[in-house]
Amino acid sequence: MKVRRPKLTFLDRLYLPQILAGMWTTLKHMPRKKFTRQYPEEKFKLLGKYRGAPTLVRNQDGQVKCVSCQLCEFVCPPKAIRVIPGQRDAGAPAEARIEKEPADFIIDMTRCIYCGQCEEVCPEQAIFLKKDFAVTGYKRAELQFHKDKLLELGGVHEDPICKWKKK
Amino acid sequence: MSVETVNLMIDGRAVQAVPGTNLIEAARLAGIEIPHFCYHPQLPIAGNCRMCLVEVGLPQLGPDRKPVLAADGRPRVNFGPKLTIACNTTVSEGMVVLTRTPRVIKARRGVMEFLLINHPLDCPICDQAGECRLQELAVDYGQGCSRFVEEKEHKPKHVVLNAKVTLDDERCVLCSRCVRFMREVAGQDCLGFVKRGSRSTLTCYPGQEPNTNYDLNIVDLCPVGALTSTDFRFRQRVWFLKETRSLCPHCATGCNTLIGSREDVVYRQTPRDNPAVNQCWLCDFGRLNYKFIGDPARLTTPLIGGAGVEWPAAIAHVAERLAAIRTAGGQIAGIGSARATTEELFLFAKLCQGLDSTLLDSVPRSGAADKLLLDTDRNPNMRGAQLTGVASGTPGSRLAEIAAGIARGEIKALLVLGEDVTAAGIGADLLAKLELLVVLAILPGATTQAAHVVLPGAAFAEKGGTFVNAKGRMQQFHPAVAAPGAARAEWQVLSGLLAAVAKDGKKPSPESPSLGTVFATMAAEIPALAGWTLESIGEQGRNL
Repeated sequence: MKVRRPKLTFLDRLYLPQILAGMWTTLKHMPRKKFTRQYPEEKFKLLGKYRGAPTLVRNQDGQVKCVSCQLCEFVCPPKAIRVIPGQRDAGAPAEARIEKEPADFIIDMTRCIYCGQCEEVCPEQAIFLKKDFAVTGYKRAELQFHKDKLLELGGVHEDPICKWKKK
Repeated sequence: MSVETVNLMIDGRAVQAVPGTNLIEAARLAGIEIPHFCYHPQLPIAGNCRMCLVEVGLPQLGPDRKPVLAADGRPRVNFGPKLTIACNTTVSEGMVVLTRTPRVIKARRGVMEFLLINHPLDCPICDQAGECRLQELAVDYGQGCSRFVEEKEHKPKHVVLNAKVTLDDERCVLCSRCVRFMREVAGQDCLGFVKRGSRSTLTCYPGQEPNTNYDLNIVDLCPVGALTSTDFRFRQRVWFLKETRSLCPHCATGCNTLIGSREDVVYRQTPRDNPAVNQCWLCDFGRLNYKFIGDPARLTTPLIGGAGVEWPAAIAHVAERLAAIRTAGGQIAGIGSARATTEELFLFAKLCQGLDSTLLDSVPRSGAADKLLLDTDRNPNMRGAQLTGVASGTPGSRLAEIAAGIARGEIKALLVLGEDVTAAGIGADLLAKLELLVVLAILPGATTQAAHVVLPGAAFAEKGGTFVNAKGRMQQFHPAVAAPGAARAEWQVLSGLLAAVAKDGKKPSPESPSLGTVFATMAAEIPALAGWTLESIGEQGRNL
């Protein structure tokens, strides 16, 4: 097959007008507002409903809000959550009579799809999707977030009701 | 003989019921569910939950005691001015029952509202959540939100009734099923209600605690999460559990059970209804005796002289050694276990017969019986052992003969199926005299220590099979979890061994038979089982 090539004029063959036109476009953008961000030094501004990594929270009294009802484990579509239910020891102060607390709470971040169903299903408002989106690690084991890590990420969530305290 | 029945209409459906049947059971015949908390078919009727209220109408009778007919030719029915509890109303001729009228629904909503007033709503931490009658009926008859603005009544939580049962009084709906069970069935009248009205509290008589072998049945009976099993408490949510139909392997009664397991871990055993065996009860001894299944010490690989090998090598080695001992004129004896399934005992007997071994017995095991379910014979399948010929005459009567044979040096090889024979009169000194000791076991012990070949078997929850209970009822059970490591069901090992021994060095067929084929072979050879199949036994068993 024979490719038909356009016939170039002298100016076309000179190349200079095209290069100058291109340079002009570049120059026009230089004083304007920049669109690129210097990620990772410069972070994104995320909107309010952004769903990042799931975390566990404590209430203002420092109590783990999760009571290991395992509904998140049940609802989790990629089966990323595993709760090992435990009992709060009898010697603990009886300020809240929650007898149940997770012995461990594992979220496999290699499986999590950030859908937020765990947050939605939680009857205790104990699990929240925070804004962390760059969940990385050198090993798979580092991406198995355990209870301590999840609580550290989650921090404190004010609980206006403290349902278990009134029992 | 035909049973006399009465005719009645429940929600427009014609029902025929035996006189004396209550309306809950009669409605169940018609496929209509009348909600209830306190009623239980195995317990005396209390009628205190008021959830089963229905409209009951009776035909109007004339002076001649015949139904008065209305203008359209139908009997005229007079409905009572008030609703009636279905549990304590028995059927009668011409009765008309309405279970879904607005009045009935309103009554049920009212009962539910009262029950939920003081209910703590701690479903997230309640073990009953998922199989709770209150939860289910709250979906049907509960309100979205509470009208109760006063302070809720607070009652004792996590009360330790005894080592097995933990009580949460706030969740109690005062149905009194547990009170009636302890009084009427378990025979220890120790539970009761104290205080009045909304302060009524379930409690145990001071200074007493439930101490029967049936305490955990009150946990099954409790329609809510008030009574919880300490063993199962907080361990797993019920909706994750896979329920497998099984049998209790701890005595000759053969109670029907459901094994609740998740991801190859057994979490609990609950009774399964069988009117011919255990009704709906299960003793605590059998119920809690499942921990050995997940024991970390379980045997997981076949061992020859203590070294782990693959299955084909182990089977071939045993077959070879047995053949060598037979050629050299040594006697071979077998000790079976009445804890093994009938299929396994059959294969074991067949294996021993094939080796010209006439010395075959099983180990008896007994304990104190109680008046309800627990049998003196703690072997689940002694009748099966007798049926297959593993035990003949008095079980265990030939053990002394086997011990003497080993002592004299006549018996050179001993096959042991799932027993620790050192506890049955054949000590370690005798076992040391043997040229070949093959042990099929699930846990290590003195016998597996002395064994030349150890073949790891499967626990009852890891295999299928049949047991014949003390009354001669054959029942089957199914595998709930996988056996650990390379451990295999004994019937699979024995079929492999049988094939290897019979074919005498020839390559055994690569296909292992299914449990159904093993059962079919057994049914063909044992006259009492002629024509039987696993399907014909069903899930409720079949009498021999």
